[in-house]
Amino acid sequence: MSIGSFLLRRLGSGALAILGVSILVFLFLHIVPGDPVDHLAGGEATTEQRKKIEQCMGLDQSMPAQFIDFLGNIVDGTLGHQCPDPKNKPTVAARIAEAFPHTLALAVAGMLVAIVLALPLGIIAAIKRGTWVDTLATTTALSGIAIPQMMFAPLLLYIGFVQLRWLPGPTETGPAALILPALAVGTHLMAMLARMTRSSMVEVLGEDFIRTARAKGLPESRVIGVHALRNALLPVITIAGLQFGSLLSGAIIIENVFARPGLGDTLLKAILERNYPVVQGTVLVIAFIYVVVNILVDLAYGLADPRIRRG
Amino acid sequence: MTILDPPAPPSGGAEPRGSATLLGRMKSWKLSPSAWVGAVMLLVFVIMGLFGPWLAPYDLSVLRDETKSAYEGASSAHWLGTDTNGRDTLSQLLWGARSALKLGVIVVAISSVIGLAVGTIAGWFRGAVDEVLMRFVDILMSFPGILLNIAIVAVVARPGDGVVILALCANGWVGYARVARGQVLALRERDFVLAAVALGASNRRVMFKHLVPNIMGPALVQITFGFGGVILVEAALSFLGLGPQTDYTWGSMLDQARTAMWNTEWFRIYVLVPGIAIIWVVLGANLLGDGLRDRLDPRHRGRR
Repeated sequence: MSIGSFLLRRLGSGALAILGVSILVFLFLHIVPGDPVDHLAGGEATTEQRKKIEQCMGLDQSMPAQFIDFLGNIVDGTLGHQCPDPKNKPTVAARIAEAFPHTLALAVAGMLVAIVLALPLGIIAAIKRGTWVDTLATTTALSGIAIPQMMFAPLLLYIGFVQLRWLPGPTETGPAALILPALAVGTHLMAMLARMTRSSMVEVLGEDFIRTARAKGLPESRVIGVHALRNALLPVITIAGLQFGSLLSGAIIIENVFARPGLGDTLLKAILERNYPVVQGTVLVIAFIYVVVNILVDLAYGLADPRIRRG
Repeated sequence: MTILDPPAPPSGGAEPRGSATLLGRMKSWKLSPSAWVGAVMLLVFVIMGLFGPWLAPYDLSVLRDETKSAYEGASSAHWLGTDTNGRDTLSQLLWGARSALKLGVIVVAISSVIGLAVGTIAGWFRGAVDEVLMRFVDILMSFPGILLNIAIVAVVARPGDGVVILALCANGWVGYARVARGQVLALRERDFVLAAVALGASNRRVMFKHLVPNIMGPALVQITFGFGGVILVEAALSFLGLGPQTDYTWGSMLDQARTAMWNTEWFRIYVLVPGIAIIWVVLGANLLGDGLRDRLDPRHRGRR
């Protein structure tokens, strides 16, 4: 399959998935009990005030008309308006744009931590396969999955901020405030990456060209670092890409613990506030990011490894 | 009509042998030591969940004198101290095991049945059915799962078990569907399936008698991993204040812990107790799942 037709097919199914998510969320928000107007208007709202909010949210229209409105908001780039006061409140797109840098910064920093931790662990485990070093490295990596973020993040905060007073706490900003959340995210992602690195390295180390490289008399560091690692990295890159994609949609627990106003936090708040336009807009953006990153990862994989393109 | 019975599949590997009972097969599973460790860890958890409420030293429904006994450290009266309301931590831990076990078992049971059914149907019928079902799976996968769970739970003001179960099942079945579909796509070309079709077996018979029994190995692996996953997600929901509000959960204990980090002694116990409980279950499920996969999943057999 050529890259072009592959891309076209993935873009098609990706667009379908995004549309599907939007429809699903739209239907879901309309099926569930609980009136958003109640929440926005408060208990003592007059019928007139209620009418106003209903009108603002478009709830007086039929469902298809509301969905068309929603699509219109996507086209004009606002992603919808926040009620009950659309003039003074930022559009949904503006609110998302405000949240996204926080999410992006955490995603980049967390991914860096994960890669820096995972690659050495995975490589060492693969080289020393079957020994106690392997067991130790694998167990360390596995602990990243097994330790829940709900426990690890508060513990990090406690050690770094409360005990040692080295690092800024959740209310402060600046680059140093990124260290603790990045560590929390990174150690969690490390587990999967290290496992992937290990199994991929083990596979590559058993191949003929590694024996050839060794037979040529190359130093072991070069055999491992260049010949093996370069070939073993592909599946690792795939996993890292997918992890990055999910990070971009908001690491909800970490954002919650460290009070970072990112995408996940925005969505959580919007859901709890029954702020339907924001829920819908954020869900759409998250699904979009997710799908695009997935396609990019597949594409990068195909470009990097000629064997896949031919297959 | 013995002649219509399917020919016994070629022996070897994890292929079910005609007469073997589940127990018989369990004996022949040569699981790695770490898998047995995982199994024992899960067993301890199950015992805690089943009998915990009877083992709990204190009745949690009785509110104690809050001013006197809140934030207590470990003592002979309260082995693990008390919480912000003066309730016994050990009792909460045991009740939390009950709630985790209940949710985990129910969610995994429902989502595995749905997922395996959907996957088997998609893989067997192919064509339009497959296309529609797998598009639906794609949609659910193009979105971080926990956000969907939150969206469903947040609908109800005081979510009980039912809503949380519904939320976790809403996308929980997807993994099982993918596993089942992949297996069925491979199985449908096998001789024993072709033979059954040639002998005039109905779709239903082929699916129930030939396909489903043969995907149980990989399905069991997925169930084991899935169980650990459900425990984690449920704890995350409770941590965010969106878990079952009617029960004590490990997630809400962790949530309580972070509200009082200033109280050093107390925080240490209170964050570690539910945290280690969650680690215990998740690690157990992962160790057992790894062992089962090496043994049962044809794609992983003979590796490493």
